[in-house]
Amino acid sequence: MPIAGGRLVSESSQTQAVSVNIRGRHFRLGDGKSLHVVDALNFTLPPKSFTCITGPSGCGKTSTLRMILGLDQQYEGEIALPAGGPVAAVFQEPRLLPWRTVEQNIRLVLPDSRQNASIDELLVELGLGEMRNFYPNQLSLGLARRAALARAFVLQPQLLVLDEPFVSLDEATAERLRQVLMRLWQARPTTALMVTHNVEEAVRLADRVLVFSDRPARIARTVDIDVPRAERQGRVLHDLIGRVQG
Amino acid sequence: MPARVRTWALVALSLALFLLLWAVTAAWVDDNTLPTPLAVWQSLRVEWRSGELLTHLSVTLLRVLAAFLVAMTVGSAIGIWLGMKPLADRLIDPWLILLLNIPALVIIVLSYIWFGLNEAAAIGAVALNKIPNVVVTLREGARSLSPEYAELARVYRFGFLKRLRHVVLPQLQPFFAAATRSGIALIWKIVLIVELLGRSNGVGFQIHLYFQLFDVATILAYTLAFVLVMLLVEYLLLQPLDKHANRWRSARV
Repeated sequence: MPIAGGRLVSESSQTQAVSVNIRGRHFRLGDGKSLHVVDALNFTLPPKSFTCITGPSGCGKTSTLRMILGLDQQYEGEIALPAGGPVAAVFQEPRLLPWRTVEQNIRLVLPDSRQNASIDELLVELGLGEMRNFYPNQLSLGLARRAALARAFVLQPQLLVLDEPFVSLDEATAERLRQVLMRLWQARPTTALMVTHNVEEAVRLADRVLVFSDRPARIARTVDIDVPRAERQGRVLHDLIGRVQG
Repeated sequence: MPARVRTWALVALSLALFLLLWAVTAAWVDDNTLPTPLAVWQSLRVEWRSGELLTHLSVTLLRVLAAFLVAMTVGSAIGIWLGMKPLADRLIDPWLILLLNIPALVIIVLSYIWFGLNEAAAIGAVALNKIPNVVVTLREGARSLSPEYAELARVYRFGFLKRLRHVVLPQLQPFFAAATRSGIALIWKIVLIVELLGRSNGVGFQIHLYFQLFDVATILAYTLAFVLVMLLVEYLLLQPLDKHANRWRSARV
């Protein structure tokens, strides 16, 4: 049975879907008032689907991710994650440990049973082959983000959560990284949930876009996108963006 | 000239200037309460040949090491705990201030009275003098631990040991280094007092002995010998360790 405010891992007999049913989240402020951040959110992520959350800034997108990741448990409602499988996160900042090399950072998330696994292929795919012994402060932001992606994918997660992974990059770098992410995800399908404020990015990557309202967050619109990714350009892309923007 | 050679040349020059200043002053004063560097060197050789120097130096060094290990282990455990638990911190903080302000001499005397004139009392007293400093330093370190890395460890389900080794300790390294540096210097000075008051060997005991004989040259010989040992510890142990721990900071393309 779901427990209010707690975290529920679904039983193995159930689907590998992620189901989110948050009934509210209030933040206590210093002056005794409380801030209503999330109103009610109800959605499921089908297995191996790619969902994007978009919406106005400060509307509670990152807060929602934190609840799903188990970093915030002070909400009302329940969240069910796939049984057994690991969860991986790519944060807004790459969050690599600066005192460990790229390779050490990536290997660190692996359980002991997989310490001998080869990560060469993944590194080459991400263009990090030459940089496995570099420390994070020797990497540009774009390369550090690639390393953070490698760390998430090496785990073969059941759920991959990404919080604006391409923000504050120049457009050319961001574009290359989007393509890298798509290649990785298509080669190693997993349930993915990504927050972005960039609507075009959302409709190009996702199977489904959830548009959040202003704070307190509700789902204002759900847009399912069944156009193949390769055809999402020009007129088609423009229409998709229009549908998301409402 | 390579930077390394230059550094060592400067150190040598600095030492030479010091010896020169000392020799000139001693020659000018011309009194056996201020022996010349040469007289100190001769005393050093006498003590070395008799084997006394090595015996007492190693006894003192072992006491420094034991007190240092006890102080660092106990102090850092308490410090990290206080840095993470604000309630415990508020409760214990007054004790810490009290302990920080009790003179070393009082702790040593009380320790000898309560626990007897033995090795455990001596080392315990030295460690107790140093523990509050370690606690305060490591408490700052624990307070400054990054919540971002803690979240990372949580999402990726790091176990306790993995988190400690790869996430927590590297963040605390500068605080450990600071506590070590200030620790060793403080500890060896207090060890000398402990030896003077209640032990029958060690550099402190020898200095007390030669004080009664008014033999300043031998007093200085022991002092310099121990300072030399501590310099070796600094350059051959602490600095290479520091360099290893900080290798990621200097790595830049």
